[in-house]
Amino acid sequence: MTAAERTRSNRRRPPITLVLPAVVGAALFVVPLVGLLVRAPWASLGEILTAGIVADALRLSAISSLAATAVSALIGVPLAWVLARTEFPGKSLLRGVVMLPLVLPPVVGGAALLFALGRRGFVGEPLERLTGFVMPFSMWGVILAATFVSMPFLVITVEGALSGLDPRYEGAAATLGAGRLTVFRRVTLPMIAPSLVSGLLLTWARALGEFGATVTFAGNLRGRTQTLPLAVFVALESDRDAAVAISLVMVAVSLAVLVLLRDRWRQVS
Amino acid sequence: MSGDLEARLGVERDGFVLDLPIEIPAGRTVALLGPNGAGKSTAVASLAGLLPLDRGRVRLGERVLDEPAAGLFVPPEERNIGVVFQDYLLFPHMNVAANIAFGLGGRGLTRTEIDSRVASWAERLDISDLLNRRPADLSGGQAQRVALARALVTDPDLLLLDEPLAALDTSTRNRLRRALSDHLAGFDGPRLLITHDPTEAFLLADEIHLVENGRLTQSGTAEEIRLRPRTRYAADLVGSNLLEGQASRGTVRAGRGTLSVADSEAEGPVLLSIHPRAVALHLSRPEGSPRNAWASTVTRVEDHGDRVRVGLGEPLELVAEVTPAAVAELSLSPGSAVWVSIKATEIGLEPV
Repeated sequence: MTAAERTRSNRRRPPITLVLPAVVGAALFVVPLVGLLVRAPWASLGEILTAGIVADALRLSAISSLAATAVSALIGVPLAWVLARTEFPGKSLLRGVVMLPLVLPPVVGGAALLFALGRRGFVGEPLERLTGFVMPFSMWGVILAATFVSMPFLVITVEGALSGLDPRYEGAAATLGAGRLTVFRRVTLPMIAPSLVSGLLLTWARALGEFGATVTFAGNLRGRTQTLPLAVFVALESDRDAAVAISLVMVAVSLAVLVLLRDRWRQVS
Repeated sequence: MSGDLEARLGVERDGFVLDLPIEIPAGRTVALLGPNGAGKSTAVASLAGLLPLDRGRVRLGERVLDEPAAGLFVPPEERNIGVVFQDYLLFPHMNVAANIAFGLGGRGLTRTEIDSRVASWAERLDISDLLNRRPADLSGGQAQRVALARALVTDPDLLLLDEPLAALDTSTRNRLRRALSDHLAGFDGPRLLITHDPTEAFLLADEIHLVENGRLTQSGTAEEIRLRPRTRYAADLVGSNLLEGQASRGTVRAGRGTLSVADSEAEGPVLLSIHPRAVALHLSRPEGSPRNAWASTVTRVEDHGDRVRVGLGEPLELVAEVTPAAVAELSLSPGSAVWVSIKATEIGLEPV
């Protein structure tokens, strides 16, 4: 090998001081996944997932995560619009409060929900007195807890998209005779559609994985409030195979969401 | 029957003040000509209703659209004003047909009526074969025609064109300027053209308003502004000598004179542009006899500080720009005789 060739091959090889930590970093994510895969009861997987406790949790998780996503779409998109397109005093503070669940420990969120909407909470108590409706420790509580922790993902994504959208398109639509709602429906929403879909996917994935706020606010009642993550936690004590099986389902779903999002991002860029 | 536009636009924003009177009779085109930041786009936004007035009034035909003193404001969607925006702003998620049809929604028209109106405008603007394309797949010139169709299909009472040619390359611009001129002639309401290009204003508008720093500094026909620019900006931009002439084999007849030009290909009607600095003045017939040289008379002398603009009379009304030193040396004053010369290569020529 000549000196020149040696230099060339050396230059092509990335420096070991970067590669080594990178390998360790990758291992941090790969090793636990492999742990799940080797421990998985592949033969009896179908049976476990359709058995009582897991089937209940699957059903509950599907309903509550989809409901949380739907609620987020209904109230989160308008909230994002208000944050992106209007000016009012205290807007930055409001935005901060809306984004809080992104960094707050979910348990603290659940506790806050309990103090406000629990049977003795300042909203929960009059609500029960007037309507007899009790939010905590019910399916409604599961949906509320999931919405609380997941909606910020939708708001932050949609608000970003709205801020990036040239408002002159909406102006152009107005000069063509479209009222504000028509403009929102026919111009604004379609133009931010890729971000909206990304936001909804993220929201749904986050709602599906919600644990802390749910267990604090809605408890861990099998068939009523026990979602998949809660079922994993319980099964770890009693039925390891079930715990692994549920975990695999959640890994598969999360991975699918990430792959879908990647495609979305590529389309946008 | 279309009505005229009568507006006084008063807008105050971030320290910028727009105070602009605009009057356009139906069937006439007025150009707002001014440098960037003069407030031209603000004027468009306030006429379209995208930016409410702080002061003043907008009246279009019988309707008052904006009058803050009277607490009156008609929102953009109820104004029926067609706008062609600077970069066209075609909706990227809709095809051309849907873009054109956008303004026809919510007007109680049937699908068939909408389709036939879209088709007829597409034909008028020669974009029928583009109806299924997305805006991203259109050339600049095609996008401009789609934007024009989208604005005209709703039969607006006023047409606003915000730099309709600025996004195009030079050769497309020349071609489309003529087409645009024809389309404008087919619209019988008042038309307002926003531009920073004096040639465009000269060719497309009946009257030119010069806007600087939010204010009207001069208005009149292109000829009036060319011969008597009132501000430094007007002198710089519009004061460029623009002359209509007839080209034939390397010469152009303009006014009562004939000029030699570098372009020997051009035939028929042309627009000549000669920068005032390219017009040289002499006390006697210039040496080396350049082909374009003639005797003329000074009609006026305007001092603009470090430059002096000298108006020249028959046989060809021109403006020359010289230094104060040259004025003293040639002792130029109204009425004095002078020799004029222009190099053939300094004469810009565009077919019209």
